[in-house]
Amino acid sequence: MTMIDLLATRYAYVLFAVLLVLGLYMIVASPNLVKKVIGLNIFQTAIFLFFVTTAYVTDVDGESAQAPVIPKDAQMYDPYASPLPQVIVLTAIVVGIALTAVALALIVRIYSEYGTLDEDTLREVRSNE
Amino acid sequence: MSEPIPAVLIVLPIVAATVPLAAGLVRDRVGWAIATLVLTAEAALATVLAYRIYVDGERVVHVLGGSEFGRQEVEFGGVTSEFIVGIELVGDALSGLVVLLIAFVSLGVLAFTRQGGPRSNAFYSGYLLLAGGLMGVPLTGDLFNMFVFLEIVGLTTYALVASSDRPEAAVAALKYLVIGTTGASLYLIGVGYLFVRTGTLNMVDVSRSLAGEPGWIAGSMYGDPLVAAGFGFVVVGLATKAAIYPLHTWQPDAYAEAPDGVTVYISALVSTVGAYALARVTWFVFTPEFFVVNTLVIEAVLVLAGGSVLAGSVLAASQRRVKRMFAYSSVAQFGLIVLAIGVAVHPAASEQATRFAVYGTVIHLLGHAVIKGGLFATVGSIAEGTDARMVREYAGLARQRPFLSGAFAVLGFALVGVPPTIGFVGKWYIGLSAVESRLWPVVAVVVISTVLSLLYMARLLENLYFDTSTVTTDAPGSQSTDVAADGGGANGAEVDADMTPRKAAVGTRPPYGMIGLALVAAIAVVGLGFVGADLTTALDPVVEAVIESSPEVTP
Repeated sequence: MTMIDLLATRYAYVLFAVLLVLGLYMIVASPNLVKKVIGLNIFQTAIFLFFVTTAYVTDVDGESAQAPVIPKDAQMYDPYASPLPQVIVLTAIVVGIALTAVALALIVRIYSEYGTLDEDTLREVRSNE
Repeated sequence: MSEPIPAVLIVLPIVAATVPLAAGLVRDRVGWAIATLVLTAEAALATVLAYRIYVDGERVVHVLGGSEFGRQEVEFGGVTSEFIVGIELVGDALSGLVVLLIAFVSLGVLAFTRQGGPRSNAFYSGYLLLAGGLMGVPLTGDLFNMFVFLEIVGLTTYALVASSDRPEAAVAALKYLVIGTTGASLYLIGVGYLFVRTGTLNMVDVSRSLAGEPGWIAGSMYGDPLVAAGFGFVVVGLATKAAIYPLHTWQPDAYAEAPDGVTVYISALVSTVGAYALARVTWFVFTPEFFVVNTLVIEAVLVLAGGSVLAGSVLAASQRRVKRMFAYSSVAQFGLIVLAIGVAVHPAASEQATRFAVYGTVIHLLGHAVIKGGLFATVGSIAEGTDARMVREYAGLARQRPFLSGAFAVLGFALVGVPPTIGFVGKWYIGLSAVESRLWPVVAVVVISTVLSLLYMARLLENLYFDTSTVTTDAPGSQSTDVAADGGGANGAEVDADMTPRKAAVGTRPPYGMIGLALVAAIAVVGLGFVGADLTTALDPVVEAVIESSPEVTP
């Protein structure tokens, strides 16, 4: 598979990898605590994208996939998209939001105590105490 | 067919977590009573579950969602397989011991927090939520469900660490949150890779699919790079949760800055369930057959774990704050546990070696939880009244706190691995498994770790008992070196405390609940050492399952 093919047909997976690394880099490299949390969110969103992409089954005999609402008397109803990864992502989003809320609450506390959001300044303030 | 106990064990504390908050509108400080009530019921339920697993020899399964879910037969290509619809909760010979540990430690730590820990109602809501999350990890039979429970554990731990009055706690909690969430997310990627290949999330079904059992899968998938990558992500994610070097950086800050009661609780259980999850996934989802194909992968895990043992021990020995020292010591001890997890599935391990490695993993996992929880309880109690938190401040404290010092010494020797404590039994089996499988570097690491842990424990104990430089009183100290003489030492302790000018200004005696927990932990580590043989009998079904590469532990 050439690079072009990869980008044309598997662009969602490429995007997953790019976002994942981008988020991880922000977590590690950004000195700003809020930006770290944003990086964490990008990192998690990349994983959500991966799960949703795996659920989306396209182009079986020229038909694109449908939501899995299957009538009772249906004989054949192919292809349809798997609902399981979407449920997983829904749960993971809830977990992610809860984490972001706790992180932001901690950041508010840190800011009110030390008056800074910068990791390096924070280290200096704490070592001076 | 569907047993209610595993579900109740998880749901009860989570639902009850709302009660202290609601009751807080009417009365202050009812949280402790509610938590005690709920966790007593929890301990009783856990005992019933353990009785059914170990005495009746059952595999207790609960299927969430009612009778239309559960195992169903699927036929494909002439082969009939049973596949699960929905989520299973499973209590088997591996999870039963961990469930017991969680239930009784959760109840025991309450004795400490009654007077020592945070007392607000909100704290006990968080405490109960954490207990529910911790219960979920060993009981779930589903990989994604495990992620959710790990995150419940994580979230509540971050909140509890930050519940201290000190602002440093918020910084430590945020650091823990960022690293812990990244770790859990990496685990989720690994689960995603496995899901893409196998189409299922149930641990038993994933394991069977990887082995190529169902008719629609052509042969085993052990050679598939995607599966190996999935294992890599899962290991790194769970190693972060278990605080394996170099992914441990959150742990010393979190343990040192959290309120004492919280440190006792999380040091005993939070990393423990992370290591349990790693053992469960390595042994029963991937199974030893996977590592026959991917030997390099398990060797990488052994190198990681060995590094953790050495680095953790060295870092512990160089600490000045007692809580940080024990935090780094946890890094080393979990390194040992992960070593044993790896040796159990290493292709070089004979059946006997696998047997010893499984014994070593589980016994050291349980033993370390009791030892480390007990040590932090002792450290917290000693700090109460004396305000001693640095190693050098421990000088001569044995005279003022004879009971606590005795407990501290027993727990310390258990951490080093002196017989007849549980710490010895665990380390002994881990060492034996390494010798039996002829993995000599592992043997060396186990031996060196024991010497290094002796190094930092001896420094503390020497300060505690033999360093009299800061004690200005000339009161007779003959009893202080003898644990057995403490029986008559209670009055002496009070007299000593009154006669020591430096401490008398700060000092009141720590409450009985705090001392009690430290003493119970010290007795437990010795007692558990004597029932080590019974523990190994209880673990035999687990050993059989690992040796046969079976995805489930059948009695």
